[in-house]
Amino acid sequence: MTDTSNLPPEVSPADEAAVTQAVEAALAAFEAAENLDELKAARIAHTGDNAPLTLANRMIGRLDKSQKADAGKRMGQARGKINKALASRETQLQAEHEARMLVEETVDVTAAVRRRRHGARHPLELLQERAADIFVGMGWEIAEGPEVESEWYNFDALNFEPDHPAREMQDTFFVEPADSHLVLRTHTSPVQIRAMLERGAPTYILVPGKTFRTDELDATHTPVFHQLEGLAVDKGLTMADLRGTLEYFATSMFGADAAIRLRPNFFPFTEPSAELDVWYPNAKGGPQWVEWGGCGMVHPQVLRAAGIDPDVYSGFAFGMGVERTLMFRNGVTDMHDMIEGDVRFSTQFGMEI
Amino acid sequence: MRIPLSWLRQYTQLPAEATAESLMADLVKVGLEEEDVHRFELTGPIVVGKVLEKTPEEHSNGKTINWCQVQVVPDGQTQVLQGDGIDPSGVQGVVCGAHNFKVGDKVIVTLPGAILPGNFHIAARKTYGHTSAGMIASEAELGLGAGHDGIVVLSEWGLDPEPGTNVLSLLHLDDEAAEINVTPDRGYVLSMRGVAREYSHATGTVFSDPAEAIEPPAANSEGWPVRIEDTAPIHGNSGATRFIARRVYDINPQAKTPLWMSARLRLAGIRPVSLAVDITNYVMLELGQPLHCYDAEKLHGDIVVRRAYADETLETLDGKTRTLHPEDLLITDDSGPIGLAGVMGGLATEVGEATTEILIEAANFDPVSISRSQRRHRLPSEASKRNARGVDWAIADKAAQRVAELLAEYAGGTIDAGVTDVGEQPASPTIRLRADYPSNLIGHDYTEDQINQVLVELGAHVSQQRDDTDGTTIFVVIPPSWRTDLAIPEDLVEEVARLIGYSHIPSTLPVPPPGRGLTAAQRLRRQVSNALAGAGLVETLSYPFVSEQRNKLFGSVDEHTAATQSMVKLANPISAEFGWLRTTILPGLLETLHRNVSRGFRDVALFESGLVFLPGERIGSPQIPPLGIRPSATVLADIETGIPAQPHRLAAVFAGHVSQPGPGHTPRMFDWQDPIGIALDMADVVGAELEVRQGSHQAFHPGRTAELVLEDQIIGYAGELLPKLLEDLDLPQRTAALELDLDALVAAAPSVVEATPVAAYPATYQDVALVVDNDIAASSVQHTLQKAAGALLEHIGLFDVYAGQGIAEGKKSLAFNLRFRAPDRTLTADEASQARLAAISAAEAEFGAVLR
Repeated sequence: MTDTSNLPPEVSPADEAAVTQAVEAALAAFEAAENLDELKAARIAHTGDNAPLTLANRMIGRLDKSQKADAGKRMGQARGKINKALASRETQLQAEHEARMLVEETVDVTAAVRRRRHGARHPLELLQERAADIFVGMGWEIAEGPEVESEWYNFDALNFEPDHPAREMQDTFFVEPADSHLVLRTHTSPVQIRAMLERGAPTYILVPGKTFRTDELDATHTPVFHQLEGLAVDKGLTMADLRGTLEYFATSMFGADAAIRLRPNFFPFTEPSAELDVWYPNAKGGPQWVEWGGCGMVHPQVLRAAGIDPDVYSGFAFGMGVERTLMFRNGVTDMHDMIEGDVRFSTQFGMEI
Repeated sequence: MRIPLSWLRQYTQLPAEATAESLMADLVKVGLEEEDVHRFELTGPIVVGKVLEKTPEEHSNGKTINWCQVQVVPDGQTQVLQGDGIDPSGVQGVVCGAHNFKVGDKVIVTLPGAILPGNFHIAARKTYGHTSAGMIASEAELGLGAGHDGIVVLSEWGLDPEPGTNVLSLLHLDDEAAEINVTPDRGYVLSMRGVAREYSHATGTVFSDPAEAIEPPAANSEGWPVRIEDTAPIHGNSGATRFIARRVYDINPQAKTPLWMSARLRLAGIRPVSLAVDITNYVMLELGQPLHCYDAEKLHGDIVVRRAYADETLETLDGKTRTLHPEDLLITDDSGPIGLAGVMGGLATEVGEATTEILIEAANFDPVSISRSQRRHRLPSEASKRNARGVDWAIADKAAQRVAELLAEYAGGTIDAGVTDVGEQPASPTIRLRADYPSNLIGHDYTEDQINQVLVELGAHVSQQRDDTDGTTIFVVIPPSWRTDLAIPEDLVEEVARLIGYSHIPSTLPVPPPGRGLTAAQRLRRQVSNALAGAGLVETLSYPFVSEQRNKLFGSVDEHTAATQSMVKLANPISAEFGWLRTTILPGLLETLHRNVSRGFRDVALFESGLVFLPGERIGSPQIPPLGIRPSATVLADIETGIPAQPHRLAAVFAGHVSQPGPGHTPRMFDWQDPIGIALDMADVVGAELEVRQGSHQAFHPGRTAELVLEDQIIGYAGELLPKLLEDLDLPQRTAALELDLDALVAAAPSVVEATPVAAYPATYQDVALVVDNDIAASSVQHTLQKAAGALLEHIGLFDVYAGQGIAEGKKSLAFNLRFRAPDRTLTADEASQARLAAISAAEAEFGAVLR
């Protein structure tokens, strides 16, 4: 014999009260389910194969013909009610479950670590690229040259007389043997000659690059440093063009309020020559004039050395120190910081300067 | 050049309220850059005192001091000065330790309130049982030089001033000097005469030329015989173009330099020595003419200016015996050399304490010759500095006359009637300046009047002509004798712009022909650096100076094994050890790494991009072409051949952890794979196909070194550095590195990338695990699989390497995943399997690989 004591009471599809009661029981069970698992159990209990209503449904076929229609309708309504309640409760519990999951997954986002390394460009390189972009924007091109250079390019072609005091003042690194006539370039100016020999006229170039002088490293000197050199050779260029170009560069680099000032000076490779000061509005310690570089109209001897006829073309040239620019523009106070390669220095700067 | 203000005021209308600072602000307008300010560090009250009483007192410490009463106001007057410790009676009680004075002497008294050099404040103070209200001063205490030990007795200086006289004005110590930087073309500004003229240019005020007041007598045959015999002129220029000799006799060797003169010399930065020397220095500063005095009684016969003989020697004034060079220009007499012309005199004919007869030399020398001699003998001096820059030819006779007059005035000498003046004036250039040229070159309109006025102010001789074709005015200009720097029209244009003011130059922006932007190489190098920073590496810049040993150890990426690459050696390095230029970037980069590690940053990835120096067979060119002419193509090519190759290299180093640890994150350590991966990433950045092969390099771990290969050429190395080397360099173990030829990588970039269409049909994925011998490179197997799988293989990747249980000794299992796809249809499983089998068969055939 089968023990039937635990089974729900048998429901006849013809018994309206019993069906209603079974439906009520199912709805109550769904409502009582507190989570999706309990709902699943209730669903099986009330709509599963052995559920009273499922069994009742099967019994319709055995009913009298007269009862079949009513019973079928009754049972259909009962199923509809149950399924609707089930779906509604399921949606509700699902939503509650998802909300709870999100709460449970909460983390302390401030504890996040950077799992990728933090790299950086060197600010001296960024500054040179920035300057290059400004001039490229004006239609100039960027020229380069060797760092170990022939004395002819570094001095003679630039109109430094072999015994002129100006040549001695350059503190030159010489290459062995002495008669090799090779030096570490003392300025980026030899690239002027190379550019003119290669390109002829007109030529508008900017030359960023490394230069060398026999200074010991201290807070304001370094034997290896960088310069920005500009050269323009064309018909009818004037010192006013030089000033205009430098003003444009200065305002691009230091802000719209920057200004430049020219003071007479001497360089063997320019005539007239000028010292260049820049008015830097954002200087530490207040706006002020800062010595920035040298410039002038290209000396006719220099044009001739590069095969350009000074009676047809004129030119202007300028040069400034990159380290010096970084020092006053970005408030770097000690040259050591730029030279030593301490990662703390470069990582202060982003990818743009 | 230092400019005492009182001196400048003699020749210009320097305002009474002018200071060294305001003077510099004026001079900077004409291009004389400000340098410094010099003042005597003395603040009053410092006055003349008359010693009324002097009572010696012996003290217990064995020292005898003098208790003095000193009158510091004029006779019959009372004190007008007020302040702590100043006695209203006008008589101060002062303790003095010196003994070299007597009652009645006039001395210098620093009263309470005075400040002496070293910020030494004078105040009344108790000492030796008295209140000493001031100090009787010595030369040293006033900052006027060592002098003798005792205090200053003014009568010994030839002075007898009223007590109470302000000593600062009495001794000309209330003056100050501005120091300016003189550019090497402007030798004439190394004189008060030149500065005064420039001051007048800068301010438009009147200038009176000190040279005009001097009227030397004409040359005659009575003077000291002098001959210029230069048989080896440099560049065809005679070593001496003028030699003036003047004699002054019966001078008093004890005569002292006047106080005004020594005060000015001090402010000008020249230490007073003796009257004759001080006068020559003073006149040199005044007129710009270097001068020399000989003790005429020590001279033997005629003076001859000539080049040195081989092995000739000269003992110069500084007591050093110098072996002369045949190019040195000498002043000689019958005894041999008596001076290195224009640089330094000889000791034998020096003016001394017994000299009563002086021969004055004022000469003009070839700047190139002087420049070489001073360099050769390392003797930069005030005289050689001026001579090397060029001295006014026309001033020599006046300067000699001025020295003679000063010797007569202050040393009681008699000027001899003989006047020697030999030599030949070099031709002055004539410069033709078109009147429209300054405007055309500067971009500002200068009128003909303005131009003419500037040229005249300069002291030039100016005449005018007209251009035959267009009638434009042409200024025909002969520059003044002191402006040896003016030679071409552009020099005159600068003068016009300078004197009218650079501030008048307008601003225009030239329009260049359209540019092409950065070159491909410039763009790619930038992209590589940016990508490296993006990949977590920090860019650093190291010096290119390395030791020979490091260069050899790291070699160059293409010449590493033999270490035969020659290198560039510097003749004058900063440090002898690091006297070579790098052939590789790694030594410098590893030093930078070491610096970071020693500062506590142990997890570091760095990179550097820069030039290395690889000389060819010939270093340099023995001959260099002259100035101002375009050398021939052959000569230029010859210069280029001698210049070392200087390719761009890229190097990177990796040490410690890849990132910082944190909650839920345990970072791995950098290892040999990182540099290889970065090298491949950089190849991707430029679009080049870089191949990785097992390699070897003496600085790298023998089993963990990759050769980086581009089109069968090794262009670099990557891997772990040799453990022993890391130990020697004090770097973390497992530090990994790479160095590659960036130029070669960039050159391999395609100029245009050909696009392959992206196929939309589904892919089929298959895995292959092959067992091969241990020494077979995974990349070779992969390469073979890839080739044999054919066109349907879209991607292949190594995902596991396994050795151990289940794999025979000496073997390893390589597991690859393969992705197949056809561009035009959905692939069948069969097609993919066929391709896979073909790949496996090829690996079996080539490597004896066995499918696992």
